[in-house]
Amino acid sequence: MTGCERIGAAFEQRTGRAALMPYMMACFPDEETSIAIGLSCAANGADLVEVGIPYSDPLADGPVIHEAATQALRNGATVQASLRVAKAVSEAVPTVVMCYANLVLSMGWEAFAAELVEAGVSGLICPDLPLEEAPEALAALDAHGLALVPLVAPTTPDSRLAEIGARARGFLYTVSVAGTTGERSGPAAGIDAVVERARANTSVPVAVGFGISTPEQASSTADAGAEGVIIGSRLIREAATAADPSTAVGLVVKGFADSLR
Amino acid sequence: MTEVEHRFGPFGGRYVPETLMPALVELEEAWVAARNDPAYEAELGILLRDFAGRPTPLYRAERLSELTGGELWLKREDLLHTGAHKINNALGQALLAKRMGKRRIIAETGAGQHGVATAVACARLGLECVVYMGAEDIRRQQPNVERMRLLGATVAPVESGAKTLKEAVSEAIRDWVASVETSHYIIGSAVGPAPFPAIVRDLQRVISDEARAQMLDRTGELPKRVIACVGGGSNAIGGFAAFLEDAEVELIGVEAAGEGLDSGRHGAPLTAGGRPGILHGSLSAIMQNDEGQIAEAHSVSAGLDYPGSGPQHAWLRETGRATYVAVTDADALAAFRRVSELEGIIPALETAHAFAWAMANPGERDLLILSGRGDKDLAEVIARTS
Ligand SMILES: Cc1ncc(COP(=O)(O)O)c(C=O)c1O
Repeated sequence: MTGCERIGAAFEQRTGRAALMPYMMACFPDEETSIAIGLSCAANGADLVEVGIPYSDPLADGPVIHEAATQALRNGATVQASLRVAKAVSEAVPTVVMCYANLVLSMGWEAFAAELVEAGVSGLICPDLPLEEAPEALAALDAHGLALVPLVAPTTPDSRLAEIGARARGFLYTVSVAGTTGERSGPAAGIDAVVERARANTSVPVAVGFGISTPEQASSTADAGAEGVIIGSRLIREAATAADPSTAVGLVVKGFADSLR
Repeated sequence: MTEVEHRFGPFGGRYVPETLMPALVELEEAWVAARNDPAYEAELGILLRDFAGRPTPLYRAERLSELTGGELWLKREDLLHTGAHKINNALGQALLAKRMGKRRIIAETGAGQHGVATAVACARLGLECVVYMGAEDIRRQQPNVERMRLLGATVAPVESGAKTLKEAVSEAIRDWVASVETSHYIIGSAVGPAPFPAIVRDLQRVISDEARAQMLDRTGELPKRVIACVGGGSNAIGGFAAFLEDAEVELIGVEAAGEGLDSGRHGAPLTAGGRPGILHGSLSAIMQNDEGQIAEAHSVSAGLDYPGSGPQHAWLRETGRATYVAVTDADALAAFRRVSELEGIIPALETAHAFAWAMANPGERDLLILSGRGDKDLAEVIARTS
């Protein structure tokens, strides 16, 4: 199976109303614990896991994920170690790597794609690689059957959304609010319209992320028609503060999974 | 009018979160419309003349010329309102924001000069202003912090990383991602995603348009070399722009060598010749490790304490049209005192780097962009040199 096919199957075979996609950061708080966190996500109802690679200047991230990346790097996290984490987690559940463009560019798109295949990863999300800058990445990933998952935002105009939707692989990462990652209270205003607009413009599943931090929000996002929900900062906060991070993150993930039944 | 460049050779581009893409498209359209609109040009022209103090003088530095045995001409951007070239860009972009109907302005600042210039422009035009500034820079550029507050701006301290310019730019961009529909980001140097490097260059180009005409008027000749300090590269690109076609004029950008290029503690990505990388939305010469993690810069001067560089500079270096060199903290501090004593001009620490290089490498007829004045640096220089 190619990476794209694995992602497709994960959405098809989801147990809840929407596929549950927890975000974790590789090497946070350390390499071994982050693997345990990923496996715990898989055991507690994750359909896919998004593995973030720590980066020095994460422009799309709010304070919680930024701080986690800073700490991971301070503790010696590397791209190679992060790919080892992704590999270990990929053995339990389909994974998609989230990585800022400079780390990929630094290795080269082709070499990076080969590393992802080697690690058993199914796709790649580059939060700072918009459509216009993506052709080389798309070609390199397509050649390996990997999904280059694009993001769309509430600010994306319809014509552009159609273009991005047409070139989406795996799923369409739909940002629920204009802003960086981070927990937000209350339902995202206009989430129904956001999801509907995304679904009308692509043939791949629509997954919503940024700001979903409670099971209630996850549930209403599924009600809005999202085929996947991505939980980020809420879980990183748990990993950062709990005495036993993998158990604690697993419990929170289970709460989200239950809300999506 | 030519179109707005997105790339300079391979450098530049738009590596930003999708949320910002429509705003960059809108900004580019607004910019093209503005610069083709005589009303915009007229309004900016009056502000630059009567409010900011343009044109700035071209001044022959007599005693420094005597010392070096050549002719040293200074383009006096230090005499502008707020004390640096940054006001050229801040006024131009604030007017543009107003045309776009954006009432809230975001800016970042290192030395505080761009923050003050933006705060002044916002006060003058009645716009709300938030300036992100690293906590370390708030400490070392205190007078400018007081100035911004007095002007009604909110100064938002940034505590991440080295608490300097790089982090301030990142926080400003994060704010913009969340507020893009109502806010405009006035980036302070010729960096960032397209169309910013081209807009900032076009707004700073007034430096070399004036200086070129002034040199011809005063000496009947062009300078042999144009010398400017480079942080992100806005005063340098503004100082180079009108001379780009004059192949015989050498263009020299002076970066911060900090504690020495070999120490790794510097702010000289162009001189040190690092691999191209992405920082703050564009591909350019940057300081990074083997894996592509961005390195921390170091310079005694807050305005040069930046691991990136404007994409057009990366291209000018690659094509050989401009040359980039670097000056250490110690040499810049010495030049700061020397220029003050010999010329009665206290330069900004940033500009002191350009002076240090020009004094150590005298030329026959040099034009040096005196990008700003050093009042903001007094406390820091005295603390470091006494
Ligand atoms: C006086 C002065 N010169 C130079 C700089 C460096 O910026 P740039 O390279 O964009 O001209 C600064 C930045 O704060 C400055 O205040």
